[in-house]
Amino acid sequence: MIAFAALLERLAFTPSRNAKIALLKDYFTMAPDPDRGFALAAMAGALSFSAAKPAMLRALAMERTDPELFAWSYDYVGDLAETVALIWRSETSHPDRPPPALAEVVTALHTTPKAELPELVAGWLDVSDSSSRYAILKLITGSLRVGASARLAKTALAEIAGLAPDEIEEVWHGLEAPYRPLFAWIEGHAPRPDPQDAPVFRPPMLAQPLDDVDLATFDPHAWRAEWKWDGIRVQLVSSPGGERVYTRTAEDIGHAFPELVAIMSDLGSHVVLDGELLVMRDDEPAPFADLQQRLNRKSPTAAMLRDLPAGVRLYDILFEDSEDLRPLPFDARRKRLEAWYARLSPPRMTLSPLIPFENFSELAVLRSSAREEGIEGLMLKQADSPYVPGRPRGPWWKWKREPLTVDAVLMYAQRGHGKRSGFYSDYTFGLWRDGETGRELVPIGKAYSGFTDEELKFLDRWVREHTTARFGPVREVEPGLVLEIAFDAAQNSKRHKSGVALRFPRVSRLRTDKPAAEADDLATFIRAFL
Amino acid sequence: MDWLTPRPEGLFCVPGDFYIDPLRPVARAVISHGHSDHARPEHDHVIATPETLAIMRLRMGEDRAGAIQQEIPYEERLSLGDVTIWLAPAGHVLGSAQIVIEYQGQRAVVSGDYKRTPDPTCRPFQVVPCDLFVTEATFALPVFRSPDPAHEIAKLLHDVHLFPDRTHVVGCYALGKCQRLIALLRQAGYDAPLWLHGALLPMCALYENHGIELGELKPATVAQKAELRGGIVLAPPSAIADRWARRLPDPVVCLASGWMQVRQRAKARGVELPLIISDHADWDALLTTCEQTGAPEIWVTHGREEALIHALGLRGIRGRALRLVGYEAEDEEDISEATE
Repeated sequence: MIAFAALLERLAFTPSRNAKIALLKDYFTMAPDPDRGFALAAMAGALSFSAAKPAMLRALAMERTDPELFAWSYDYVGDLAETVALIWRSETSHPDRPPPALAEVVTALHTTPKAELPELVAGWLDVSDSSSRYAILKLITGSLRVGASARLAKTALAEIAGLAPDEIEEVWHGLEAPYRPLFAWIEGHAPRPDPQDAPVFRPPMLAQPLDDVDLATFDPHAWRAEWKWDGIRVQLVSSPGGERVYTRTAEDIGHAFPELVAIMSDLGSHVVLDGELLVMRDDEPAPFADLQQRLNRKSPTAAMLRDLPAGVRLYDILFEDSEDLRPLPFDARRKRLEAWYARLSPPRMTLSPLIPFENFSELAVLRSSAREEGIEGLMLKQADSPYVPGRPRGPWWKWKREPLTVDAVLMYAQRGHGKRSGFYSDYTFGLWRDGETGRELVPIGKAYSGFTDEELKFLDRWVREHTTARFGPVREVEPGLVLEIAFDAAQNSKRHKSGVALRFPRVSRLRTDKPAAEADDLATFIRAFL
Repeated sequence: MDWLTPRPEGLFCVPGDFYIDPLRPVARAVISHGHSDHARPEHDHVIATPETLAIMRLRMGEDRAGAIQQEIPYEERLSLGDVTIWLAPAGHVLGSAQIVIEYQGQRAVVSGDYKRTPDPTCRPFQVVPCDLFVTEATFALPVFRSPDPAHEIAKLLHDVHLFPDRTHVVGCYALGKCQRLIALLRQAGYDAPLWLHGALLPMCALYENHGIELGELKPATVAQKAELRGGIVLAPPSAIADRWARRLPDPVVCLASGWMQVRQRAKARGVELPLIISDHADWDALLTTCEQTGAPEIWVTHGREEALIHALGLRGIRGRALRLVGYEAEDEEDISEATE
């Protein structure tokens, strides 16, 4: 538990990805089985205990602490588990007993009857130091925010073994804590674990943005074009071991889309499909905001299933029965996909059509004229490209629509993280509207990117010199700097004061030439984009 | 005890006609230690340990450290009016003292800031039995319990080992914390040169003049970027979150402070490696010390006095909050050059 607690503590404060990977590698190399496997499970969110609740912890601590002192302490620290970890006094000294191992804690939490838990936990806390106590308490309450994602842990494992992280992904969903076969494999003691019939995730192939690429050097006949749909990329997996809907980061979201899982189960065809998840309205993709409502819910209500029906536009097929189609050229896979689709006519699924074209200028016209909901731009795929996990440069390109822009006024700034931790690099910007006491700014979004290093230095200095108020880490600035904000789409939003939300807002230009009073109005903005 | 009384200037001893750590210039001041919230400039007559006076002269200049500067070594008696005073080690920083005041058979001890953990750079705290004990309460909540400083230093050295290409920059106050960290690193066997921000160098030289060996210290300037890789740099807390630290090669920002016990504090400061090393008494030490003095009455100068007074009450000891303002060891919001 001591090593795991130290890892948690260090990860929680570390902003840098590379540093987190180094810490994880160190831990996974040094920690024994099955501790490290349970640590991995904790990071992957694969552990949960139902019997222990925060109320139990509070009660335990209150038995040993004066209530006034506990209340002042909790008020100061602001986190129950942390307060208990710090305030805990061992009732007896146990010089001979070491703190419990992580595996011991996990196993005991699963098997101990609820009534015996308080005594068990108190015994652990008595023999642990404050950072181990904190780790135990966070584990128990299921609020272990590790500061490292499952993907990062897998990346660290892959680096230990000299593998690509995607190779870990491909076996991951067939394994369970404490992952002994996985550790044996990465340390070279055992062969690659065979997922057999488990519905595992296959890392998807992603496209590079088509920037600074000279289309004139491409032969149009060697390329295929498709619409880039504005939903989220998903992988549908149907195997003898079950059905899954994975996001492109390997998260299983099947529970939120039971209608899709049911269809795959009914089809009885064992396939892995690549497609775009959308909310469909009369066979047309609905705005992204509608899909967002479905994604926000762990499981949908009956009304949502009726009013916001999900569908998938299919792009590709990766497996059919046990045949791995990924090495085949795009055209061959497309034929297999079309044949499979024609044979089964799966409900709620449609083929993403190929767009016929003679030359790229034809496509350019199509791209700039496409303003329908649900289209983000175009995809260009090489006709002979095999399906390669990751984001290889060359075979696939995404050619997004030109972004929309608005001139907004900088309102608040906050310090960034990591390399930017000393700079004010997160900006909230707003538009003008008529308020009760005259013209006022109302925030419409936040941007963290899009500027050069030089522009960041300028913005940071400007914020420091024009601060009018501070709220913790946030500075309010005078309305004096206009930012041209680029964004992909505007949506209505009930959560924002302005009633609008932007997709992918970023700073495209600093408009130091433009007086703040001449920035855009909210009303004009709504007329133009909503 | 009515002959010792809080006034706006600070705690005043009536029969001795002197203030203790006054906040504004006065005729006669006894100073507990050299931190800027306790030792302030331009008193007419200053009484303190030789070390504290040396620190005051370094920080404020010969002429502002007191028109009359009277040194009294630890334990040497001095009569002021009808009272006798002497100074006892407080274990806080070099020269730090508790002020012992004896009058008509009664004894009051004003402890200033203190700690009970051993510190290689200053004399350990001495328990002086008394009728009235005046204490600080900077870390007076049961959540504050300092771990063994050797454990924190081991944490730092393990991190240096784990990230050999990064520069560990440790925020620490110029007086006390900085030299203690250096001494702890040396005790742990770290004998490589330590790199110091310019603001920390004069005080280290003063400590060395007082016989405290700190090993090889080098000024950290941007010019030696390559040399700093893999090294440990010490800097004032105000520098670690600023552009100064960002110019170092891939810095790991560390901060040595008792406040680092609370995660939110470390997070808010953007600290990557918090080191819980405090120069103040933690909760257990505060209570133990108050009990060990045997004083039936405890006055609390500054900090979280309500919790300490409540806990003393549970032990049958009468506590009183003086609510002296101006001694907050570390401002809640700002990274100011303060005492912690």
